[in-house]
Amino acid sequence: MFGLKSDWSVKANDRYFTLDDYAGAEPRWCTGCGDLAILASVHRVCREKQLLPEKTVSVSGIGCSSRLPHYMKTYGFHGLHGRALPVACGVKSRRPDLDVWVATGDGDCFSIGAGHWVHALRYNMDMTVLVFDNGIYGLTKKQTSPTTPEEYQTNTHPSGAVLPPLNPLTVSLGVSNISFVAQMVDWNPPLLYETIKAAHEHKGTSFVRIVQRCPVFMDVMNDEMLDDPARLLLLNHEQGIPVPDGVGKLFENQLDHDPGDLSAALGLATDLSKIPVGLLYRNPDARMYNEISSNGLDLSHEEKLAGVNEVLDKFLI
Amino acid sequence: MNDPAELIAVKQIDGVVEELQVRDSATSIGEHIVEIVSDSGEGAQKCGQTFGIVSARMGNGVWTVEIIPAEIQPPARTPDGASGIRIRLGDSLMTNMGNDANLVVAFNEQVLRSRIASNAYDEKTVVLLDNMWASDRDEKIRQQYADALLEFAEYGLEVIELPIQEECLKVVPDPRKGKNMFVLGMLAHMYSRDTEKALAEISSIFARKGEKVISTNHALFKAGYKFAYDSIDIHYEIASHSEPDKRMVVMNGNQAVGLGIMASGMELVAMYPITPATSASHFLADEFQRVGGFVHQAEDEIAAAGFSIGASYAGKTACTITSGPGIALKTEMIGLASMAEIPLVIIDVQRGGPSTGLPTKVEQSDLLATLFGAPGDSPKIIMAAATISDCFHFVILARKLAESFRTPVILLSDANLATGVQPFERPEVNDDWFSSPIDQSEWDKKVSAYDWDEETGLSARPIPGMRGGEYVVTGLAHNRYAKIAYDATTNQAGCSMRSRKLAAMVQTLEPPKVHGDPEGDLLIVGWGSTLGTIEEAVGVARENGHKVSSVHLRFLSPFEPGLREICSRFKQVMTVELNYSDDIDSPYITDESRRYSQLAQLLRAHTLLDIDCWSTVSGNPLQPGKISRVIIDRAIQIEGEN
Ligand code: SF4
Repeated sequence: MFGLKSDWSVKANDRYFTLDDYAGAEPRWCTGCGDLAILASVHRVCREKQLLPEKTVSVSGIGCSSRLPHYMKTYGFHGLHGRALPVACGVKSRRPDLDVWVATGDGDCFSIGAGHWVHALRYNMDMTVLVFDNGIYGLTKKQTSPTTPEEYQTNTHPSGAVLPPLNPLTVSLGVSNISFVAQMVDWNPPLLYETIKAAHEHKGTSFVRIVQRCPVFMDVMNDEMLDDPARLLLLNHEQGIPVPDGVGKLFENQLDHDPGDLSAALGLATDLSKIPVGLLYRNPDARMYNEISSNGLDLSHEEKLAGVNEVLDKFLI
Repeated sequence: MNDPAELIAVKQIDGVVEELQVRDSATSIGEHIVEIVSDSGEGAQKCGQTFGIVSARMGNGVWTVEIIPAEIQPPARTPDGASGIRIRLGDSLMTNMGNDANLVVAFNEQVLRSRIASNAYDEKTVVLLDNMWASDRDEKIRQQYADALLEFAEYGLEVIELPIQEECLKVVPDPRKGKNMFVLGMLAHMYSRDTEKALAEISSIFARKGEKVISTNHALFKAGYKFAYDSIDIHYEIASHSEPDKRMVVMNGNQAVGLGIMASGMELVAMYPITPATSASHFLADEFQRVGGFVHQAEDEIAAAGFSIGASYAGKTACTITSGPGIALKTEMIGLASMAEIPLVIIDVQRGGPSTGLPTKVEQSDLLATLFGAPGDSPKIIMAAATISDCFHFVILARKLAESFRTPVILLSDANLATGVQPFERPEVNDDWFSSPIDQSEWDKKVSAYDWDEETGLSARPIPGMRGGEYVVTGLAHNRYAKIAYDATTNQAGCSMRSRKLAAMVQTLEPPKVHGDPEGDLLIVGWGSTLGTIEEAVGVARENGHKVSSVHLRFLSPFEPGLREICSRFKQVMTVELNYSDDIDSPYITDESRRYSQLAQLLRAHTLLDIDCWSTVSGNPLQPGKISRVIIDRAIQIEGEN
């Protein structure tokens, strides 16, 4: 009757989480900042998956992006500039039961933390890595980042950035054992949500580069794409990111791309005339390091005691 | 060799020495220092380690130090290439490398020259030298050999030339691999070693290589044994000292650190290869899985620290092992652990610095770097192991302190302890030492993430998985709710709370014990691996009638209580350290401009006393002879002023 289950009283004790249950402090990002859209999608995925807040850990470095843990009502780790990934890997290493998220930025991940970026992708621990790429340093006020477009004027390069930007997609796809590379823009909420959801569902490190608007310090990079949607190329495939009804129509350029095809993915990543959005590559069979690092978690104190004693006895005189 | 057990042991050396008569000619000695030196790759270290282990198993006091060339493949027959080992063995506890060697076996004359240059020998040292070079095909080598012999004679060394190569050739076609076991056989006879124990040890060394290799090495050992019996007129015996009811283990400091980690309940070590720390991780890579542990070789030192911090934050206190340059890289991470109050154990096996410095040599130069390295005020616990046994036990203590005080703990070891081998009482491992399973109970929401106790600064820590404890760690200034706060009051309070933990910890420590009389003319203060040398040197000074005592610090941050009071009971206090200080007699050096050694700087500030220092950056462990001269000179000076 009325759709109520007969054991409704038990159900009432069950936990159901609303968006509010994942919302931490009031975000302090600038008005119009793309980070707000990313956060909203993350909250939605948490609710959709009914993640236990106490089992969820969001790890970040330093920068605008890295404020994200404070805006989540889960466990969080807002650590050092560039070092989100090693910390996140450490969290996961002996706690396979925790759901680990990483929020990082183009400076944090591609510059000061670049070494960790490459290696964390190779470790392929089961976690969701979101790079908030606004092509500029925001928190420290407009310095050139690795993804700043060439000739864009910044406070460190007043006559314009001198080098072509680093390509996060080719670098990521070039890492051995890579298992998930997607690219998305922050201004398409339904697709962003689907992308983050797919990233979270993937077993292994899901690397999502999110092209993110920073209306305060970066007008070129995103405006070009916003003004000219023809520059975006939507990747379609049954193995790819599901495209919600109606959303596909916004893209005049679309391509059927098999995310299992690494060389096609590299081709798309290398072609700078179009910006691919969607899933470039996925390999569900890549080795996951957390399965190696969590070996032996089930040993009892008795077994450990016996183990130490055995080794000590090797040194007996 | 009138011990029947030993006779039986000799008989065990089948056929080869069965006919040997029991000779009653062994001279009893209290202790001896033996060195084996060769080119790198000739196995002198393996020979010496085995000799040391067999001696320890026979109940002798033993201390071994490796002689390590700085390069991986140094050219053969060069003084720089000297590779080898020193074993000090005796009828009492051996705590340091001692002074001049008594007996040396050298595979070539050039490596000997380097040891002479290091003042390792005196005119009483007996050298057994392989004479193969005298008849080398290369005239230049023959000449070098002849010149060196003259040089040694001038120096006053007694050199006995022996056909070691020739004898080995009777057993194996290429003695470069195997001469070491022949020499071990020689030493076994010269020092009346238990041959059964030696053969068993050889079997275990080569166990992985198969029966054939084992039997070849046994044959070499036996040949060496017989050769010494027939041709070397040196025969000693050294009484056993260990108490029979104590079970002893023998290992080096890095193995002890590894075992300490296993016994501490820590399950994760994250590291990056660095000399001289890495062998601890090699050991763990072999054994850690027996306690369910895992060694993570990270992409760099920073990641190794970050990875351990992540694991610790998630409830599994982890450990990172490194050496000086790695500490420099980990500094920001250690500061984060201090700021965010994350338990973490950092083991620093110190080597010579600055920069890449002396990778294989010993120094105690990271004290100030570990204490003050991080920006801002970042209080942490720093302990220093003084013995191999400390290397084991202090790791267990470090894990407990890290968790109880919610702080990083740095354990300082050094290259001397890392490779030094010494027997110690077998620890009776207690499962209290293991960390308890991760607490996943519900967190009382009324308790904040940093619920600082006003008096002690201590607080309980929510662990991910604890419902209701959700909080965000931040390296930014934060209040007791883990919320970012930049205001003056909050920052002042946070710093006080983190600092107060150290003051609280001092309450749990005892004043250090004074070695010698509680008052006198001169107090020597040391820390770390120099304990044995300092106490032996102080003993010599006291036997000579000087009023000298010493105290050895195990805790460097916070200091153990009562130091000012202890120091005040002596006319002068001087630290003895293996790090740099200006020599007071050098140009421009005055009382004002002089830079003191590291502990001396801290103690001067801590006690407000005019504490002096004697220190060296020779890269070598301190020798008791040298230190006793330093101490006695200083004592005489003070007596003159009295
Ligand atoms: S500076 Fe840019 S990236 Fe940072 S919060 Fe503002 S808009 Fe967002």
